[in-house]
This record gives sequence, structure tokens and C-alpha cells, in this order.
Amino acid sequence: MMTEISLNILDVAENSTRANASLVTLIVAASTAEDTLKVVIADDGCGMTEEQVQKVTDPFFTTRTTRKVGLGVPFFKQAAESTGGSFDIVSEPGVGTTVTAVFGLSNIDRMPLGDISSTVHNLIIYHPETDFFFRYSVDGREFTLDTREMKEILGGVPLDEPEVSAYIKEYLVENKKETDKEVFV
Amino acid sequence: MKSLAELQALREKVQNRVNIRQENADMIRVVVGMATCGIAAGARPVLNELADRVQEKGLTDKIQVSQTGCIGLCQYEPIVEVFEPGKDKVTYIKMDVDKADEVLERHLIGGHVVDKYTMGSSGLK
Repeated sequence: MMTEISLNILDVAENSTRANASLVTLIVAASTAEDTLKVVIADDGCGMTEEQVQKVTDPFFTTRTTRKVGLGVPFFKQAAESTGGSFDIVSEPGVGTTVTAVFGLSNIDRMPLGDISSTVHNLIIYHPETDFFFRYSVDGREFTLDTREMKEILGGVPLDEPEVSAYIKEYLVENKKETDKEVFV
Repeated sequence: MKSLAELQALREKVQNRVNIRQENADMIRVVVGMATCGIAAGARPVLNELADRVQEKGLTDKIQVSQTGCIGLCQYEPIVEVFEPGKDKVTYIKMDVDKADEVLERHLIGGHVVDKYTMGSSGLK
């Protein structure tokens, strides 16, 4: 099991980068009115066949050769469904994959979102070839981060340049804090 | 809200320096396993600790911190592998933030392998 939803997001989004996605979209949306926390991870990577999509929630299915189990997606599915939420994967070979998990926001079994800023930061810094679009919203307040936009501003300066990396982390942490206000996600 | 305007200023500040940074042949490579097994066992804080400390100490031209997938030793995660040119690979197992700091100080900076955390010392091959 993961201890934070943000770790599930990191893990599942790693799959997107391994699927050679050029753009990975991460959406985290909390709504106290609807009592939901919705997480979407969408990529334009290699996608999966219908058969693979059916098997991917089976913990004993993996395409890896280093081990025989694949727990990333089953963990995420179980975490969402155990809070009265839902879990869905839509995928098409050559088009990409979209994973959607909805959690019951106030459900006692929902683990905290955790350090989502580190998750997004890690993904950006360690996958310089992949672009990321991140949208974080709480009760209608929101902020976004788009690495395509950042790369354009930076010209040739890489995102993992220490000072740029530090800026991205601060951008994520500060803007999340302002978006959260008094809501604890 | 933090804006992108700061990024523009940052670009102008670092642009001239970036060209100087290049791959160094005798760089130490430190790799942290970040597949499901590693992440679930606590690899993210280990990776971030190593990357942050290396950055803080201004060692980014000597030590490169990166991540990898699953190497098939899931029960020993978090795993940190150290590749030094001309030396055998060192594999540290069951790492945490404190152990990572120790490995950084004694091995990556000091040059002495921290035997007690290696896979070899745990009787595994």
C-alpha cells in the first residue's frame, strides 16, 4: 500500500513516462460540496490494448520482466474504491491512456493527498523529455503549471537547472497553499 | 500566487552559466529505484534528500542523482545504487533519509563505502 494519494499519482504517472508520452496531464480536484477528490492522469503515450486494460487492475499482471507482480494500478484502484469512490481506465493503442480515480473526500478511509508538490516536481525534474500539465483545484480556486509554457520562457535553460528546479518547487508549494485555504486535502 | 514573471528573471540570471555545465567523465552517478516497490517503501524522500543535499553543497558537477525503475529486488527497497568510474557498483538497501545523508557524507564525498548498508554486508549476492 501507498501511504499518500500523491505517491499513487507519482507511481501511475511514471507508467505514462515509460509509455513514451510527450504530454502527461495531471488533474487534482477537490470539492467539499460534492465531497469528492478527483484525480486524473492522462497521457498521449503508446496506450494499451483492450486485453491489457482488462488485466492491468490484476495484481498478478505486469509487462515488466524484473518481477511477476504489478501493484501500482491495483493499489490506486483499491485506494479509491475503499472510500466509496470509483476508478476507471480508458486506453487506446497509439492514442494514450487516461486513468481517473474519484475518492470520497470526507471518507474516513481516504488517505491524505500528501505531498503532491513533490510528486509533480519529481516528475518534471526526472523526465525532462516529457511535458507536464498540472491543474490543482479546491472548491473552484485553482492554479496550473505547464512545462511547455515554462520551457518557452526559459529558452534553452533546462528545468533541472538547480535554481529553476527550486523555483518550480516553490511555485507548486506556494500556489497549493493559497488554493487550499482552510481546506485540508 | 507565485507567477511566471519570476521565471523570466531567472532565465536571464542563469543563462550564461548553463553553457559551462557539462557531463563530466568522472562524475559519480547515484540512482534511486522509483518503481511501485521503491515508492511504496519510501524512495521519494530518499531521492529528494540526496538531490537537495547535492544541490545545497554545490556538488552537482561531481554527483549526478537520478532515478530508475524496478531492478527485481523489491523486498530490499528503497535501493540506492552508486556508480563510480573505474569501481564496482555499490548497492545500498533499505535506505532512509538518515542513511542517505550518511552515504552522501562518507561515501559520495568522503570516498569510503558505508558497508553496513550495502547489499553485500547483508549476506546477499
